Amino acid sequence: MPGDPPSVLVADASIGNETARFLCVVPDHDSRFPCARHGEVGLEQAYTLAARVREVIGETPRTSRSSSLPRPIIAIVDVKSQAYGRREEIAGIHLAAAAAADAYATARFAGHPVITLIVGQAISGGFLTHGYQANRLLAFADNDVLIHAMRKEPAARITRRTVDQLESLAKTVTPISYDVRDYAKLGLLYKLLPISNPEAPSADEISLVRNALVEAIADSRKGPTDLRNRFDQTARKATHLIRARLEEQWNQ
Amino acid sequence: MSSLIFSPEYLQRRSFIELNARDRAKALFDSETGRELAGPFDRIESPWLAMQGVTPQADDGCIVMRGRIGGQHAVVIAFNGSFQGGGIGEVSGAKLSAALDLACRDSENGKPTSAVLLLETGGVRLQEANLGLAAVAEIISSIVALRRYAPVISVIAGPVGCFGGMSLAAGVSSYIVMTPEGRLGLNGPEVIEEESGVEEFDASNRALIWSIYGGQQRYNQGLVDVLVDDDTDQMIKTVRDLITKGVPPINRSEQVDLYRSRIAALDPSTQWAPGKLSWSAASLARPIGRNQEAATDK
Repeated sequence: MPGDPPSVLVADASIGNETARFLCVVPDHDSRFPCARHGEVGLEQAYTLAARVREVIGETPRTSRSSSLPRPIIAIVDVKSQAYGRREEIAGIHLAAAAAADAYATARFAGHPVITLIVGQAISGGFLTHGYQANRLLAFADNDVLIHAMRKEPAARITRRTVDQLESLAKTVTPISYDVRDYAKLGLLYKLLPISNPEAPSADEISLVRNALVEAIADSRKGPTDLRNRFDQTARKATHLIRARLEEQWNQ
Repeated sequence: MSSLIFSPEYLQRRSFIELNARDRAKALFDSETGRELAGPFDRIESPWLAMQGVTPQADDGCIVMRGRIGGQHAVVIAFNGSFQGGGIGEVSGAKLSAALDLACRDSENGKPTSAVLLLETGGVRLQEANLGLAAVAEIISSIVALRRYAPVISVIAGPVGCFGGMSLAAGVSSYIVMTPEGRLGLNGPEVIEEESGVEEFDASNRALIWSIYGGQQRYNQGLVDVLVDDDTDQMIKTVRDLITKGVPPINRSEQVDLYRSRIAALDPSTQWAPGKLSWSAASLARPIGRNQEAATDK
């Protein structure tokens, strides 16, 4: 859109019988900010996402084609990280990232189904900024899909392990695994979609994704607008335990 | 600064930073009203650390306390920066978001309950990677929900600072309070040096670090609402004043056009020297002013 950096793609397109807003961050090798040229979420990307999401929250219902329901916002996620740069920190990238997360969360609380489709990497601050505030998370079951707090090599170094040690621990410690199928076991995903080759999808696979998005939109309209659907009973026992204990002691 | 350091008031102050997390939380409440919830004797530890040969802690490095501040209902959530760098794990993260959600429920039911976050954290605890990251997303969501009804105040007092995903949590808060000893940023110096090279950021350059992340610089930029000295009495008064002030007309992270236009006006074609940006607090949509000024207001 005019004034936006080329690294943020925004489109209004039909899904089901309504018009959703789609947002995606892509590489821009000519970005003004050198640390945000390879698909990272930097200052410009984060504030642009925030502005384009807020635009949808602010619009009057009649621009939504078939109904007066708040329209869906769909984040397509392939972000290798946030931008790691000195300029970014000086200019307060934490606030830029917060502004985008704020916009997505505000849209969700306002009744917009916010749906995230993870097609590649979803790492750390990049994912918190773009995608992690969604009502429903969907991901491709593909070896190139990577959802994590940090890349494997630096994560191993910081926790004082070798990459091999990290990988062998990840077989039993599910939250540190780099495999999207293990991530699915945490109960955070609405759906894991079997796509054999995301670069060249078949017609069936395209309709599978389309249908899954339509279902996720309908499903999120039925549920609460907060994130409690992510608290899986078995995968997050400690989360349930602490929530129950606080609730119990709150008014004692 | 030197005249301040040698003044009798400064020498006789009670340091806030030197208190441990539990005592910091307790200090903020009206006399003895702070009551700890899901405390160490509940023994809810991280289920993931022992599996990796890391000793867990009975409170997972996070203290939740409920009581009254300035006569108003409040909950304080304090992180212990000396346990796993204050990193957010499944338990500590769930403690924070659950406390915010309970405060939100009470607030919706006509009992406004403010939240004060004492943030000493490097962000996600890497031993619990994906559950820590998920918890941070949930914390951000819970802050956005609560701040509509009651202020959420993030305090960054000590030198551990507030980094990683938790800098977004501070970013969406109603107010941010820092001391000159606090630091705030998304990526810490070591991470930038590791990812982008030493030319981008020399993590051994202390002066560079403080001139970017330090509380004084963040305050000069208008990215922080109140700068307060490391003094427990001043901290208590600051938090009390902000709770009394209530929900701001607009939150900083909602002012997208203002900050977006500031970024657009920057020239990033060459590397920036420290002190490049001083977006003054006076140009902010809602200036609050230094604590010293606030102190004489009331």
